[in-house]
Amino acid sequence: MTTEQKTDTVKITVDGLEMEARPGDLLIRVAQDNGVYIPRFCWHPRMRPVGMCRMCLVQVEGPRGPMIVPACTTPVADGMVVDTQNDTVAKAQEGVLEYLLINHPLDCPVCDRGGECPLQDQTMAYGPGESRFVEEKRHYEKPIQISELVLLDRERCILCARCTRFSEEISGDPLIEFIGRGYNTQVNTFPNEPFRSYFSGNTVQICPVGALLGAPYRFRARPWDLREVASTCPHCSAGDSISVQVSQNEVLRLLGVDNPHTNQSWLSDKCRFGYEFVNSAERLAAPLVRGSDGELREATWVEALDIVADRLGGILREHGGGAVAGLGGARGTNEDAYAFSKFMRTVVGSNHVDARMDDAPASQFLAAVVDRARIDDIDSAATIVVWGPDLKEEHPTLYLRVRAAATGFDPNQVVSNSDGLKIRRPGARLIVMHPRRTGLDDVARHVLRYRPGAGGELLTSLQAGDHPEIDEALAAGPVVALVGRASMTEDPRLAENVAAWLRDKGAKILPLARRANTFGALDMGLAPDLLPGRVPVGEGFESWGEIPTTVGRDTRGILEGLRDGDIKALIMVGADPVADVPDSHLATEALANAEFVVAIDMFHTESTAYADVILPALGFAEKEGTVTNLEGRVQKVNDIVAGEGQSRADWSILDDIARRLGKELGFATAAEIAKEISEVAPAYRGITWDLLEWDEPMGAIVPYGDATQPLQYVPVTTSLPTVAAEMVLHSARTLYDDGVLMRHTPWLHRLAPGAAAYLHPDDAFRLGAREGHRVRVVTKHAEAELEVRLDETLHRGVVYVPFNQPDGPRLGSDPIVRVTAIG
Amino acid sequence: MTLTTSFERPLVVTKRMVDYPNDSHTLERYRATGGYEGARKALGMTRDELVELVKESGLLGRGGAAFSAGMKWSLLAPARPAYLIVNGDESEPGTFKDRQLIERDPHQIIEGTIIAAWANEVNHAFIYIRGEYAKPARRLQAAIDEAYAAGILGDDVLGTGYRLDITVHLGAGAYICGEETALINSLEGRRGEPRLKPPYFPAAIGLYGQPTIVNNIETVSNLPHILVNGVDWYKGLGHPEDTGTFMISLSGHVNRPGNYELPHGITWRQLFEEVGGGIRNGNELKMWIPGGASAPWFTPEEHLDLEITKGAAAGAGSMLGSGAVIVMDETTCVVRAAERVVRFFAHESCGECTPCREGTSWLEMILRRIEAGQGRPIDADLLLDVSDNINIGLTFPPRQTTICPLGPSATSPIMSIMNYYKDEVLQHIELGRCPFS
Ligand SMILES: Cc1cc2nc3c(=O)[nH]c(=O)nc-3n(C[C@H](O)[C@H](O)[C@H](O)COP(=O)(O)O)c2cc1C
Ligand code: SF4
Ligand code: SF4
Ligand code: FES
Repeated sequence: MTTEQKTDTVKITVDGLEMEARPGDLLIRVAQDNGVYIPRFCWHPRMRPVGMCRMCLVQVEGPRGPMIVPACTTPVADGMVVDTQNDTVAKAQEGVLEYLLINHPLDCPVCDRGGECPLQDQTMAYGPGESRFVEEKRHYEKPIQISELVLLDRERCILCARCTRFSEEISGDPLIEFIGRGYNTQVNTFPNEPFRSYFSGNTVQICPVGALLGAPYRFRARPWDLREVASTCPHCSAGDSISVQVSQNEVLRLLGVDNPHTNQSWLSDKCRFGYEFVNSAERLAAPLVRGSDGELREATWVEALDIVADRLGGILREHGGGAVAGLGGARGTNEDAYAFSKFMRTVVGSNHVDARMDDAPASQFLAAVVDRARIDDIDSAATIVVWGPDLKEEHPTLYLRVRAAATGFDPNQVVSNSDGLKIRRPGARLIVMHPRRTGLDDVARHVLRYRPGAGGELLTSLQAGDHPEIDEALAAGPVVALVGRASMTEDPRLAENVAAWLRDKGAKILPLARRANTFGALDMGLAPDLLPGRVPVGEGFESWGEIPTTVGRDTRGILEGLRDGDIKALIMVGADPVADVPDSHLATEALANAEFVVAIDMFHTESTAYADVILPALGFAEKEGTVTNLEGRVQKVNDIVAGEGQSRADWSILDDIARRLGKELGFATAAEIAKEISEVAPAYRGITWDLLEWDEPMGAIVPYGDATQPLQYVPVTTSLPTVAAEMVLHSARTLYDDGVLMRHTPWLHRLAPGAAAYLHPDDAFRLGAREGHRVRVVTKHAEAELEVRLDETLHRGVVYVPFNQPDGPRLGSDPIVRVTAIG
Repeated sequence: MTLTTSFERPLVVTKRMVDYPNDSHTLERYRATGGYEGARKALGMTRDELVELVKESGLLGRGGAAFSAGMKWSLLAPARPAYLIVNGDESEPGTFKDRQLIERDPHQIIEGTIIAAWANEVNHAFIYIRGEYAKPARRLQAAIDEAYAAGILGDDVLGTGYRLDITVHLGAGAYICGEETALINSLEGRRGEPRLKPPYFPAAIGLYGQPTIVNNIETVSNLPHILVNGVDWYKGLGHPEDTGTFMISLSGHVNRPGNYELPHGITWRQLFEEVGGGIRNGNELKMWIPGGASAPWFTPEEHLDLEITKGAAAGAGSMLGSGAVIVMDETTCVVRAAERVVRFFAHESCGECTPCREGTSWLEMILRRIEAGQGRPIDADLLLDVSDNINIGLTFPPRQTTICPLGPSATSPIMSIMNYYKDEVLQHIELGRCPFS
C-alpha cells in the first residue's frame, strides 16, 4: 500500500444504487463488486487498464453535463453519479460491439471459444440482429503457429492488448506485440522469434475471443461438453489453483483459477498443458509381477498383493522392520502420504522413509522452519532474497509474484488516486544468489553469482559484512527470503545455513522444494525424523500406538543401506530414485542389490525396472484429497475421471498389504483418512475437507507453531577444484525435463532444453571448443559427451549441465569434474 | 509578400523573414535584429513572474487546442526534472506554417524554447519535428549548433549559469504523434499511441513520467516578442478576446495560397478576397475548412462575415485549430472532398481504440462506395449513425467514445456535408454516379 492512498471511503451512485468504495478504485471494479456488471473486453482485474476496447462506456455526471467515459479507466470520486443503462450508454456500447463485429469472421462453429466467448455472449446480449457492414472484411492468414503451444488467428482478434500486456507486464517476456497501425493493426510475434514463453498459455486463457489458441486443446472439445472440477496443480509446490476440464473421461484442459494467495489466475505452461500424462497410453493398467524368468507379467491384484505380503512378511520376520524402507509420496495427496507413513511406522515398524529424493534441503528445515513467510508477504516486502533454484524454472508462478514485487507492479495499485495520477509503487529490492543467470536477474537490484560448492564461502563473507549493500537492503524490512537448493552439486545443508543467517537478519523464510506435495508429505511424516503434524520422531505421538522411536535413514542412507545389504526391501510410492536422486549411480546400485522392491506407480520408470512387483496407481484428477504447498496452505485436489485400468489409490493398496500382514490401517475411504489427519496431526487439527470445500476454498494455512525448531548452523562442505584440470559442475532443473510426468506429456517433453555443457566463453576458448562443439565431462561416477553452449553468466571454471534431460547423462552430485574437448 | 489590405497587418513572427528573406535563419541576422534580448530579459525573471506575464498576454496555444499558454505552464507539477517539448510535428492536413518558421527563423524558436524552458525549470528540451521535414530539421539543428557555439545553449546559457540542452527529434511519419501524449510515447521509443486521461495534461505526468510542457512551434516563437515588447503591445495587436497575430496556411481554390501572418478579428471574406486574392477562375466559393482537417466546414451563406477568432469559430460549431484554411470552390464534389479527409484520418488512426480503428475506415468505405456510384439509400443515414458512435450526438467539440480526438475528427466532414450538402450526397446515390464526373 502506498501512503498516498487515503484509507477512507467514498460514496458513489450507480444506476440509482449507493456504493461505498476505496477512493481512486476503478469504477468498473467497484460497480462489479456491488452487483452491477459493466461489459468489457480489454479490462482484466490483474492487469493495467488500457481503455482500448471502449466496451465499458458509461455515463458520468460532470461539471459540464453528462460525460461518456470508459468505466475501466475512471477512478471513483466522492459523489460520482453513474448511469450504465440509459439510451446513450446503450447506443455507445452497441456501437462498439458493432465495430468489433464488422471485421470478425464469425466462424464460431469452428472456434474453440464458441460457447464460452465473451464476444459471442455480449453480441447475444447487446448486439445488433444483422450486419450493416456490406464491405469486404479484413483478411489474414488463418491461424498461424506462433510457438509450439500457441496459434494465433488474427481475423478473430479484437485488439484488446490483453496478451501483449500480459507478456510485457506480468511474465516479462514481451514476445508478442502489436504491429502496424489503424485498421491494419495486428498482434504478432517478431520475425524469427516464436512466442516461446513459459507462460504463453495464459494469453490463451485471457484472450476474450478465439484468437489465441492452445495447440493441445484445439478442436478437442466444445465448451458445453466439458465437465469441470476445482483442483490444485500437481507440478510444483506453489499449490496453484486450477480448474480441470474433462470430456468423455479425458482431461482436455486446465485453466488457472484466481486464488489471490497463490497463482492469482496465472499458470505456467507446464501446469496448463501438463495433463497429457493422465491420458497416456503408457499408463500402467494392471499389476505386474516378475516371474522366475525375470520377466514382468500381468497378474491379478490378489496374486500381486499376496506376493508383496509374502515377501515383505518374510523379510520382516527374518530381519525386522529396520530392513524395510520406503521412498516417495511427494507426488500424491496428504491422505496417501499419511497412509504410507502410518504403514511404515505401524505395519513395517520402520522410520526409514523419505519423500525427498536427496535433492532437497533437510526435512526439519522444509517442514518446520519458524518465521515462515506466506506467499502474500512477497507483495509487501521491502526486500526479497532468492537464494536457491531459479524460480522461473522450478516455481514459475512464484517467479511471477516476485517479479511483480520487484518491478512495483501491483494491479490493485494501478488505479488513479483522487488527484487523477497513476500510482506505481516502488519495487522491492530483490537480491538473487545463484550460480548463473536466473529469470529474475533483470529485475534484481543485486545479483551475486557464485560457484556451486562455494556457496558456504559466499555466506561466510556475507556474514562477515563484506557486502554492505546487501546488509543495507536487509536492514530495510520487511524481508522475505525464498531459500532452497540452487544446485544438485551443492551441499543440501547450505540452504539451512542461509535461512538461519537471513532469519537472524529478521527475514521471514519461504523454503523451496519443487515436487508438488513435498511439504504435505513431510507434514504427514514421510521423513525419517518426523511424524504427522511435524512431531519429531521420538517425541510423544500416542495415536499410532507402538512405533519405532529412533530417527530413521534419509534417502541417501536408505540407498546406501540397500547397496550395502543392511536394508533388504524397498517400497516405492511414486518414486523414481534412478532419475530423481542426483547420485543416480547410487540409486542404481541400491535397487540392483535390493532383495525385494515393490513400486506403486502410474508408469514404468527406470526404477521400476528393478521392481519385483509393480502396482498401478491412480493419479492426478483421479483421486480426491488434500495437498499442502510450500507456505503450508492446505488445498483440495479432486477427482473427475475414472482411473486407468485397474489402478487404485495408494492408501487402499497399502491398506490391503497391511491386512495381509495381519495389521490394519483403520480407514475405508480417503475421507476417513482426512478426518484422522485432522484429529491426530497437531498442526492439521480442524482442517477438514468440509472446511476446505465450504469455508476456505482458497486453502487453509497450517500453523507453524510450537512444533518448530530453531534453525541450526550446520557445517557446510566447500568443494573446489584443487588442480587446474578440474572444473566445478553446476546441475539444476529446468521447467521442462525428463521427469516421469513430463516424459509422458509429449507436448512439453520436446521443449526440454536437452543435455548440453554450458561453458563460459573463456573456458570454452581455453578448452579449444566452440559453441556446438562437443566436450567430454567426466565425474567421479559418470561421464558424458555433450554439446557446448556458451554462457557468459557462468563463473569461469564452472560447467553447467541441466539436470535430468531427455537422453541426458546422470552426472551425480559431486561438484568436481574434468572437461576435455573432443576431436 | 506585400499585400494591400483594408486592415492593419502587423508582423511579429514572420517580420524577420519578410524583411531579410536571404539570411533570416542565421545567428548573425538574428542578433542584428534584436535576437535573444527576450531570453536575456526572461532569465532575469522568476518562474512565477514569467507564468503571470504569459497568462496576462493572452497567448493561446497554436497547435490546435488554443489553450492558454500561461495557464498550461502554471499547471506544471512540482516533481523535477521537468521537460519541455516543442511540437513541430505539423501533420494536420493543410498546415504548413511551422515549417516556414523552422526553416526561416530557427533562432526565434530556440529563443522561445529558452524562455519556456527557464519558466518551467527545464534543463532539457526536445523539439519534435515531423519526419518529412528533414531539411527544416537540418536548418534547426544547424542553428542549435550555432547557438551552442555562441554560448546561447549548453552549460551557461547567455552567461547566466543556467543549463539548457535542446535535442531535435525527427518523427517517423505518423500524424498521431502530433498529439502530445502520443508524441511523448514516440519520444520514449514506444508505439505512437495517445495515453489515457487522467492525467489530463502531461504537465502532471509526461515524458519519462515527469512533468512536461508541450508547446507548439508557433506558440514559442511568439514568446521573445512578448518579452521584449511587453504584454500591452501584444494585446494591442489582435482582437480584444484573441490577442496577437496568428499564422494561417491558406490553400485550395484561392488565387494566392500561402502562409500569412494575420491579426485575429478580420473576417473570412477579408481573408479570401484581400489576402487570398479571390477564388480561382472567378468561381463561386462553395465551402472551406476553417482550421485544419479536423474542423467542421464553413459555408459562404452562413460564415463569410464571421470574425476570425477562437470564440466566433467555436460559436459557429468549428475551430481555428492549426490555422489551416482549405478553400473549395463550386467545382468540388463534397463526397470526394469528405472521402479524402476521412481517408486521411482512417489512415492515420493509431488503432488503439475500437471506434476510431474500425469506424473511420468504415466511413471511408461507405463514402468511396457512394462516390463510385454504389451508394444505397440507407447509406446516408448509416454515415451519420456510424459517426454518431464515434462522436455521440454529432457535436463539436465532440463527445467522443474514443481515447483521443483523432477519431471524432473524421466525423467533421461527414457532419458538414450532411448538414449543408445532403442533397448532393443523395444525388450521388440516386444517380448511381458522381454528378461531377
Ligand atoms: C490528433 C492530434 C494531432 C495533433 N497534431 C499536432 C501537431 O501536429 N502539432 C502541434 O503543435 N500540435 C498538435 N496537436 C495538439 C497537441 O496535442 C498539443 O495540444 C499542442 O502541441 C500543444 O501546444 P500549444 O498549446 O502550444 O498549442 C494535435 C492534437 C491531436 C489531438
Ligand atoms: S489475440 Fe486475443 S488477447 Fe491478444 S489482442 Fe487479440 S483479442 Fe486481445
Ligand atoms: S481515437 Fe484513433 S488515434 Fe486516437 S487513440 Fe483511438 S485509435 Fe488512436
Ligand atoms: S473494458 Fe474499458 S475500454 Fe475495454
